[in-house]
Amino acid sequence: MSALLTVSDAHISYGKVEAVRSVSLEVGANQIVTIIGANGAGKTTLLNAIMGVLPMKGGVTFGGEDMSRLDIEDRVASGLSLVPEHRELFGTMSVEDNLQLGAFRIARATAARSFERVYTLFPRLKERRKQLAGTLSGGEQQMLAMGRALMGAPKLLMLDEPSLGLAPLIVADIFRTVGELRAAGVSVLLVEQNAQAALKIADHAYVMELGEFVLAGPAPEIATNQQVVASYLGFQHA
Amino acid sequence: MNTTILLFLIQDGITNGAIYALLGLALVLVFAVTRVILIPQGEFVTYGALTYATLSAGQTPGTAQLAVAMGIVAFGIDLFLARKSLHAMRVFRAFAVDIVFPCAILGLTLFAAGRHNTIAINTALSLLIVAAIGLFLYRIAFQPIAHTSVLVLLIASVGCHLAMQGFGLVFFGAEGLRGPAISNAALTIGPLSFSGQSLAVYGITIAFIVCLWLFFGYTLYGKALRATAVNRLGARLVGIRTSLSGQLAFLLASVIGALSGILIVPITTLYYDTGFMIGLKGFIVAIIGGLVSYPITAFAAFGVGIVEAFSSFYASNFKEVIVFTLIIPVLVLRSLAAPEVEEEQD
Amino acid sequence: MSQRFSILIFALIMAVLPLIPGMPPYWIVLLDNIGLAALVAMGLVLLTGVGGLTSFGQAVFCGFGAYTTAVLSTQYGLSPWLTLPASLVVSGIAAVILGIVTVRLSGHYLPLSTIAWGIGIYYLFSKLEFLGRNDGIGRVPPLQIGSYQMLDAGSIYYAIWFFVIASAILTLNLLDSRTGRGIRALRRGHIAAEAFGVATGWAKLLVFIHAAVLAGLSGWLYAHFQRAVMPTPFGAQAGIEYLFIAVVGGAGYVWGGVLGAAIVVILKEVLQGYLPLIFGGQGQLEIIVFGIMLVALVQLAPGGVWPWLVGLLPFKTTSQRPDTSVALAAPARAAAPAGPLLRIDNARKQFGGVTAVNDVSFDVGAREILALIGPNGAGKSTTFNLITGVLKATSGTVTFAGQPIIDAAPQTITQLGISRTFQHVKLVPDMTVLENVAIGAHLRGRSGAIASMLRLDRADEAALLAEAARQIERVGLGDQIDHLAGSLSLGQQRIVEIARALCVNPMLLLLDEPAAGLRHMEKQRLATLLRQLRDGGMSVLLVEHDMGFVMDLADRIVVLDFGTRIAEGTPQAIMKNPDVIKAYLGGVA
Repeated sequence: MSALLTVSDAHISYGKVEAVRSVSLEVGANQIVTIIGANGAGKTTLLNAIMGVLPMKGGVTFGGEDMSRLDIEDRVASGLSLVPEHRELFGTMSVEDNLQLGAFRIARATAARSFERVYTLFPRLKERRKQLAGTLSGGEQQMLAMGRALMGAPKLLMLDEPSLGLAPLIVADIFRTVGELRAAGVSVLLVEQNAQAALKIADHAYVMELGEFVLAGPAPEIATNQQVVASYLGFQHA
Repeated sequence: MNTTILLFLIQDGITNGAIYALLGLALVLVFAVTRVILIPQGEFVTYGALTYATLSAGQTPGTAQLAVAMGIVAFGIDLFLARKSLHAMRVFRAFAVDIVFPCAILGLTLFAAGRHNTIAINTALSLLIVAAIGLFLYRIAFQPIAHTSVLVLLIASVGCHLAMQGFGLVFFGAEGLRGPAISNAALTIGPLSFSGQSLAVYGITIAFIVCLWLFFGYTLYGKALRATAVNRLGARLVGIRTSLSGQLAFLLASVIGALSGILIVPITTLYYDTGFMIGLKGFIVAIIGGLVSYPITAFAAFGVGIVEAFSSFYASNFKEVIVFTLIIPVLVLRSLAAPEVEEEQD
Repeated sequence: MSQRFSILIFALIMAVLPLIPGMPPYWIVLLDNIGLAALVAMGLVLLTGVGGLTSFGQAVFCGFGAYTTAVLSTQYGLSPWLTLPASLVVSGIAAVILGIVTVRLSGHYLPLSTIAWGIGIYYLFSKLEFLGRNDGIGRVPPLQIGSYQMLDAGSIYYAIWFFVIASAILTLNLLDSRTGRGIRALRRGHIAAEAFGVATGWAKLLVFIHAAVLAGLSGWLYAHFQRAVMPTPFGAQAGIEYLFIAVVGGAGYVWGGVLGAAIVVILKEVLQGYLPLIFGGQGQLEIIVFGIMLVALVQLAPGGVWPWLVGLLPFKTTSQRPDTSVALAAPARAAAPAGPLLRIDNARKQFGGVTAVNDVSFDVGAREILALIGPNGAGKSTTFNLITGVLKATSGTVTFAGQPIIDAAPQTITQLGISRTFQHVKLVPDMTVLENVAIGAHLRGRSGAIASMLRLDRADEAALLAEAARQIERVGLGDQIDHLAGSLSLGQQRIVEIARALCVNPMLLLLDEPAAGLRHMEKQRLATLLRQLRDGGMSVLLVEHDMGFVMDLADRIVVLDFGTRIAEGTPQAIMKNPDVIKAYLGGVA
């Protein structure tokens, strides 16, 4: 089976500083892949570059198509979607408008079905559909950000720190939804600091340190790796 | 002061205020969507007014040719930027927008010139011509630098203003022009008498604001424009092209500018450089609105219009001084109320 | 090649130019105009290019200078040399008034408001009776030295260029000083500069005044050059043109202003001369070309001509390393009473309905390394901001060395001996490591702007730079001292921040994620450095995610979760604490 997303030998620099060095990764169809690592390791940078928000050297292929020359908007149109760290919602617009704009590139009929799907996945959003996005709680904003991305019926959803600043209960909810997405045929590339939770639901994992992948493998294997346990899973609780 | 003068001044102020409100709204829109501080807004006013006046006088306005010339340049830029991935479809679309569209307008203009057209036809043609200029202006001057800082965009904006004002002199000469009124009717209610034109100004302003409200509130493209204004990255992430939003915003701004010009040219004589001052008053209004709030902007517009009317009556020499220094107390209030803006990343 | 030498050569060239036989007199007029424009542009370089404040209204300050001398010399018969200080003072006062109102407005408000008052004041010039309304003021006396009257373009040439070169030197001196570093930090990283005591509001006003006074000087010269003053050259168009000049030359460079003036003045002359010949037709064609060139310029060469030209030079300017033997007096501080150095008691911070820090209490002892840990969003950075005075606590107290500091300004807290680094590195990327670190010692210097311009600050400055260099050596970045901060790796930039914090000579060092982005060896070196500092008598409070680093280094650990302190103790105790394990592993564990 050929991979849905392939990144090969990615280099990303801010000015003279190279934030990501020689990184390659693959996400297969119906797969959850996670990238874990400390603050400043370059995870967010990598996601942004895959989406086209930041320029990078190296190859990005998605669904067999070369993405490296395309703008963000064209990558969106080919089924790649990013829920960024800061969510980037339209704060002064209603939940419904936010979702409707998520389907900007899609035919009207498909959008109607997307609405149904998102409201089933996040019933809370349906309750709040007339409310302004900026007035939602942190957890609801994260749901809206994911919902908006899903409105475009993406083949791959990239999530940047979805658990950031959220209460444990809500985090559990979000991760459960991520699992449901895979079941619905959406692949997920998940960047998380909450390594424990991420490794639990992921099929495959990469460990990033100082802009490089230092470890890669099936998630259960990574979760029990001594080095990973020591640096990312907090304390020697095992 | 007697009531007649008072009412007259207020009426005059409201008429001017309506125009400033339109311009202020356009400026807010363009800034929010593209971060361009649209100094050439004044030229849209002049171009609209003088194109209309020239057409009404039975001549061909130079702005129609300018639109074609700008279209050709825009086509060149489009081809250059797309040189790596030239699809027939892309070239065809660029050709249609950049070449066929302005040439069609020029054709219509040449056809219409010298005939006895209705006011509606002249208005429509003027709006089309200026709309094309506005669209290509964004395409040529701003789209290639859309990602840069507000300052760089502002300098480019000043450059556009200078060039367009220069072209204005070439096209329309140094003499002022006046255009025919949309309506010559007059209405008297008690001590108030309204000219048909000022009624037209009120009516069209209100109608236009309602249209804008419907456009932004209920259409997908209107919402997309708002989304770009609220969060550029967010908009891009759902696939809304910044260039599309920018072109739409400029299109709207140029139409609004031209319309304002057409509305006032029957009331006051306009010169090739009058628009700059009118546009700047639109700025004052927009700044009072903080470049973000539409309602405050509209409200401020009437305030500025009335202050202008009264100061031109009582201290006509210092009219401009008063209007332009009006901004200082507003800024003081703003700087006291709002904490310093965070540094801009550039 | 040293800068002084270059300036001397330039001055000599300018002195000889008019003496060249066969020099057309008209060229001298052009050179005069270039000098006049260069003065204004130089001010804009400092204001816009360096300070990041865009002004379209500089022409107005020329007007203040010109009208002041015109009124005083024609109506009161004052000698032009007496009106010079008056012109400068009037432009300066105008700048203070307009500056207080507008300088605080950063971003796009500032340029827009400058357009507005620029036009308002221009109309004022053209309407006021005593300024001669639109006709202006004629018969302004010429400049005169003894009985030598500067009546023509050739004789005033030396006066103009003397002022241009002198102003350039003063401006360069100002930039290369304690105050100058504060100014250069305005555009990027003023938050950090402020934390180290740079009064950024004052620095903005200062550059505004400086630019206005230079424009006033240009106006004064203009009045005595033209021998008449009319409102037209002080309008909006002129204001725009000055900004154009600064951008063409290279808005960040003093000599860029001079170069830009030369390019634009000559270009305008050529366009005005030839365009009508080519196209016939009416005037103002140059305006079109001008406008189009402005658009093309920002698209093709936004940096301006000067940096490009300097890049072509075969030799590079060299910088001298500071002499680290110069001592900087330690700041006078009251001896800390016995007991904890820093005490946080029931500190609480609410943002709207959200409680970011919920009645948190803890102490930092003398000679102690205390780590503050917790998941993202636990309130660690907010706690830092409460201690450093960046945020005001909703309730609770913070005491440092026996003094309550809960309502103190960030500057005062820095002076008391608390200094910090930032989670997101806040260095000025286009300044060198040395200059960035020297900002940390800002409060330990005395020299003001005037002293800097006149180079009376050298002893003070040498001591500051020496201190900065010593701290850079101390953190092990001696080899990078001349590099631009923006060219270092993220890890090194974090270390630069530590050096900058050390320049305060702090008793307590606050480090926000110092180990993030560091390699293993670098982390070890950092840990060694921090232990040395502790053993030397300093206390350290750090926020960190790297558990290995924290457990190895900290004497004590405080754990926050959702704004609440959930545990405190030695690393060994914390590692076994069940609450901590639960919080850190997240709710899904």
